[in-house]
Amino acid sequence: MKLAFDSLDLTLRGREILKTVSGQFQPGKVTVILGANGAGKSSLLSCLAGLREPQGGSVTLDNQPLFSLDNRERGRLIGLLPQRPDIHWNVDVKTIVGLGRLPHSGRWGMSDADHQAVARAMVATDCADLADRKAMRLSGGEQGRVLLARVLAGEPRWLLADEPLASLDPAHQFDVLERLKTYARAGQGVIVVLHDLTQAARFADDVIVLKEGNVLAAGPREQAMTAETMGEAYGVEIQMGTSATGEPLVVPVRRL
Amino acid sequence: MNSVRLNILLALGLFAAMLFSLAAGKVWVAPSTWWSDDLAGLIIMELRIPRTILGAAIGAGLGMAGAAMQGYLRNPLADPGVFGVSSSAALGAVTSLYFGFAMTAWLLPAFALAGAGIGMGLLALLAGRSGSLILFTLAGVIIASLASSLTTLIISLAPTPFATTEIVTWLMGALTDRSWDDVKLALPLIATGMVFLMATGRSLDALTLGEDAARSMGVNVLRLQWLAVIGVGLTVGASVAAAGIIGFVGLIVPHLVRPFAGHRPSAVMLPSALAGALLIVVADSLVRILPSVSELRLGIAMALLGAPFFMILLFKMHRELA
Repeated sequence: MKLAFDSLDLTLRGREILKTVSGQFQPGKVTVILGANGAGKSSLLSCLAGLREPQGGSVTLDNQPLFSLDNRERGRLIGLLPQRPDIHWNVDVKTIVGLGRLPHSGRWGMSDADHQAVARAMVATDCADLADRKAMRLSGGEQGRVLLARVLAGEPRWLLADEPLASLDPAHQFDVLERLKTYARAGQGVIVVLHDLTQAARFADDVIVLKEGNVLAAGPREQAMTAETMGEAYGVEIQMGTSATGEPLVVPVRRL
Repeated sequence: MNSVRLNILLALGLFAAMLFSLAAGKVWVAPSTWWSDDLAGLIIMELRIPRTILGAAIGAGLGMAGAAMQGYLRNPLADPGVFGVSSSAALGAVTSLYFGFAMTAWLLPAFALAGAGIGMGLLALLAGRSGSLILFTLAGVIIASLASSLTTLIISLAPTPFATTEIVTWLMGALTDRSWDDVKLALPLIATGMVFLMATGRSLDALTLGEDAARSMGVNVLRLQWLAVIGVGLTVGASVAAAGIIGFVGLIVPHLVRPFAGHRPSAVMLPSALAGALLIVVADSLVRILPSVSELRLGIAMALLGAPFFMILLFKMHRELA
């Protein structure tokens, strides 16, 4: 199932956020959206998730307009992990993860298939042992895992994550990115907004670089993520290299 | 606790409380005389049964409205009063009292519902079609304060001291001397409102994860807003029409229920309705039994109970935040 956006125009409160941008995403791959603050990353993501209808252009799933889909249908196909962890009631972890099945489950509660999907998602994110804990009382890293499990439980064809690494230590960052990559390798599409350039360079298959509402570069990571494009996107001088063990390094050295 | 078991337990408790409420009052009416043709039977049939049913309906409606509002606003301190629906309904009712329309039985409820309707309409107009939580709450607060100032204005303009007394007494909220006519008016409206509120359950659950996550899972926030507005308008409007303002039920009950039902918003709704009914029926029986010269108004009793509860709640939240 292919996800694409074509000639998107988005204006919010008189400000042009996206200026006739187009692009597409491949299932089976992790696509990272990069760009400076205010470049339009989160806005693009919310258009892709169907939360915000652009003034012009279209988002399509296999050539079908996203906004012609029924809300619940869209919820089954596209899962969104919002930027801030948001848990409002003192409910236990398995209830939180179970909420991910809302677009699937009937009016009278969860089916066996729903329960199995929840169990799989909790195993995949290592939160099976947290099942009966209160989600509000967990540490930031644990909450991140639980909320990722919530999205995975919905088994979406496309998983969209807005800065899932914010406030995570390096070990937990690797955990989250590995899990997203595994999900993509299983055949689903994964789109992530990231700020950590080195992590992006390690985990992205494809990247889309935004600058001031335009697509600056897009394509396979090696081609689109260069010192030049990164420098221009962020307005800083970037040095790119490889670590002793061959991992890519992307280091901002000074402001331009 | 298992939610089915909790609901059955609350339903049984409510049934027992309703039986007690039939017997209790200034005159104790023993169950053996309930079906007699004399005065005792008359008290039961024409006074106690409608009063008990009305109390249960109002308690259920207010309890469920409170649970739905707290879920919708994701705020455990929310109450139907916050949205200005109770005060708008009261303003409508007071207007009809001012003009002396209360002589005709159906006019006061009609005015109260019209008040609730206008309040709801204003709410939708002020909050716009955005479904935004902050706008919605602010609009509710503004409407509530506008409605109460207009109510005070009408009281100050009342033509006779008698009218003033009548309005003020009515505002205090009570189930005294309610008849089958009140039941026939209020019950269908409250029941319809509760159907609307029950329909919000799944969307409220999704809101536990915030608005973006809820919308990404297919929740239509605009539809949710309308279900909540209509549901709360009907239950609270009809309750105010039948019994004046009885506050704090919607605030207290969901809190009492949560330790047993869990915090998931949809799981709190039905137990809150049952517990709200139980609370009002018991409280109304107690104000009738109290050996006071004139009966303690139910609305005052609930406020005396509710305000300290609210303060304890705030202290608890302070401690948890600290």
